[in-house]
Amino acid sequence: MPTKVEKDSITGHTTTGHEWDGLKELNRPLPKWWLYVMYATIVWAICWMVLYPSWPGIHGYFHGVLGYSQRDKVDADVAAVARQRAGSLDRIKVLSFDEIRKDPQLLAVAQTAGRITFANNCQPCHGAGGGGNPGYPALAAGNWLWGGTLPDIQQTVTHGIRSGDPDARQSQMPRFGADGILKPEEIQQVADYVATLFGIPAQGKDVSAGQKLFTENCAICHGDAGQGNREVGGPRLASRAHLYGSDRAAIVAQVTNPRMGVMPNWNARLDEATIKSVALYVHSLGGGE
Amino acid sequence: MSDLALGASSAVAMPAHRTIVYNEDIVKKFVIATMFWGVVAFLVGVVLAAQLAWPELNLGISFTNFGRLRPVHTSAGIFAFGGSALIGTSFYVVQRTCRARLFGGEALANFIFWGYQFFIVMAALSYVMGFSQGQEYAEPEWHLDVWLTIIWVLYAVVFIGTVVMREEPHIYVANWFYMAFILTIAVLHIGNNIAMPVSIFTAKSYNIASGVQNAMIQWWYGHNAVGFFLTAGFLGMMYYFIPKAANRPVYSYRLSIVHFWSLIFMYIWAGPHHLHWTALPDWTQTLGMAFSVMLWMPSWGGMINGIMTLSGAWDKLRTDPGLRFSVTAVGFYGMSTFEGPVMSVRDVNALSHYTDWGIGHVHSGTLGWVAFITFGALYYLVPVLWQRQRLYSVRMVSWHYWIATLGIVFYITSMWVAGIMQGLMWRAYDAFGFLQYSFAESVSAVHPYYVIRLTGGLFFLIGMLFMVCNLILTVRSPTTERPEVLPAGVAVAGE
Repeated sequence: MPTKVEKDSITGHTTTGHEWDGLKELNRPLPKWWLYVMYATIVWAICWMVLYPSWPGIHGYFHGVLGYSQRDKVDADVAAVARQRAGSLDRIKVLSFDEIRKDPQLLAVAQTAGRITFANNCQPCHGAGGGGNPGYPALAAGNWLWGGTLPDIQQTVTHGIRSGDPDARQSQMPRFGADGILKPEEIQQVADYVATLFGIPAQGKDVSAGQKLFTENCAICHGDAGQGNREVGGPRLASRAHLYGSDRAAIVAQVTNPRMGVMPNWNARLDEATIKSVALYVHSLGGGE
Repeated sequence: MSDLALGASSAVAMPAHRTIVYNEDIVKKFVIATMFWGVVAFLVGVVLAAQLAWPELNLGISFTNFGRLRPVHTSAGIFAFGGSALIGTSFYVVQRTCRARLFGGEALANFIFWGYQFFIVMAALSYVMGFSQGQEYAEPEWHLDVWLTIIWVLYAVVFIGTVVMREEPHIYVANWFYMAFILTIAVLHIGNNIAMPVSIFTAKSYNIASGVQNAMIQWWYGHNAVGFFLTAGFLGMMYYFIPKAANRPVYSYRLSIVHFWSLIFMYIWAGPHHLHWTALPDWTQTLGMAFSVMLWMPSWGGMINGIMTLSGAWDKLRTDPGLRFSVTAVGFYGMSTFEGPVMSVRDVNALSHYTDWGIGHVHSGTLGWVAFITFGALYYLVPVLWQRQRLYSVRMVSWHYWIATLGIVFYITSMWVAGIMQGLMWRAYDAFGFLQYSFAESVSAVHPYYVIRLTGGLFFLIGMLFMVCNLILTVRSPTTERPEVLPAGVAVAGE
């Protein structure tokens, strides 16, 4: 189709003379503002490339006239925050729990640090406010496995439970069913008895066989009356707050092939003063001893 | 002023009054696929938005888990809905603006259609079954990547073949954009998916690059999937359907050339802005940021050409609601291509990265630009392709327009608020130098905005259902029949 330049009566501009399926184009200059803003962004970009690390070379890259480094900036920001915290954290580290609690201002800092550290690190398992979750102990309830005094909590948070840390809290419940220590019917008998420990009536069932098995196999860690034993981290059974459930099937499953949780050793991630702050916060949730 | 064009066109000898019958059947197929996948993509999006507001809706089943459904949503939106719209309209536009029947024949075109749909279905199934390369927008495993490469190369052959066989002396601007889209997506897809399968029988592979190199290649791919799939491709669509519906010449030929080449040149370097404040070296970040800012005006060139083409035909916005979709799309395009360079600045990114601001930004582009420009094209195409006199209901188009626009506004404003709030909460320190808010607190703080976003998505889906009903009735209803039916897709070539 031959080129036919036409004048567009509405805009007064001519077309380029091309046509495709009825579509035409106006022969019109670039909008000035558009062009100048584009030049401005190019100038801006060049300024950045001069100021900041930019073009690569064979043996490295151009570092920019400002000497900027993202790593330096992060280090400086982290150092600034550390300086801001240093006065308080240094004192929390060296003072005893009693001394910290006697200094309301310092205690306020420890509570603040403890709250946010708990919320970002502990809450995913232990729940908001230490309310607990299935498999993860409630910290606000006072139902402690390893002790609820401030030094106990500090020890647990620092070294963890079955964490691999040499000073970690260690305990292991035998696999009574899976390893054939007890026969299936014996496990049923034990389960009947354990249920009575936290108040489910025997309803005329004879639980003496279960009680005998419990005394021989379980009481050493869980206590004669299922009251628990913090020396070995034996959970208290005479309570409704069971980590892995309270119904009969859950008890049978736990005796047969026990589940045992792991808590990380937080000394790999948090400093001593922060861990003490966490201990103070956890202790204040309602279960502290 | 036109001697160059004259010289070129005089060289083309044309047989007089030869009839070209366009392949419109393939365009119809892709139009139907576009509507189907649009409903799927928006529906899954609504489900995901609900899951984010109420995580119980994950149902505790692995197949309906957020992590598996999310790539179903993004792939259905980008590749199934967007891809079908792009391939379909490109086949329509290239034939008409080249005055040439689709190169390669019907069988090849149909193979591309069914091969592409097969890829989409297999990809979606593989995500739900738990297979993924773990690379955003490039989740399909290696065997599906190989299949898509074959389909894509055939698509390139058909499209470029048609351009080569054209009877018009010049290549229309829409076809430049479609070609840039087709070629660059081929390069990106292959470049980002060079992986070693664990064995020939397993759907598991490892990318040739690892660590930060892998991340850099991934975002070179990811950003240019936005740049060449969702921007260049849909600009091609815009350059045909807006001047066509407005019945006006394109605002500026010169602008179309300058913004095309500057867009193509700038976009490909902008990927590193997805990796600010990471292990990516500082110099790479600076360059990515610099090119992103320089990309602002090249992107806006398309907006100017789209909107200003209406000068002299603004009244059409009142009477043609399909055109209203196209023009609003260009408006959203302008907004998100300004927002993008702003967010690419390292210090803005420090606030916006990893927040819902990014999600809002993407959706102002995908809902506002990609989907709206597609809706405009579909409202134009369906009556033409199915030989109908008019759309079944113009009022329904208006309803679609307003409910969808309201949905987008709900979506992006809620995500702006949520994202900026998240960014500010994450960086807030108290007087003692400790973080003021925990992550969990920022999660519960955005809950209301997630519900608003869900409402916005639901509106958008409802609007889409209006369109599907309207277009089905346009094809089926006796009220839209043409008085005298012209032969399908016939153009008379010659002088």
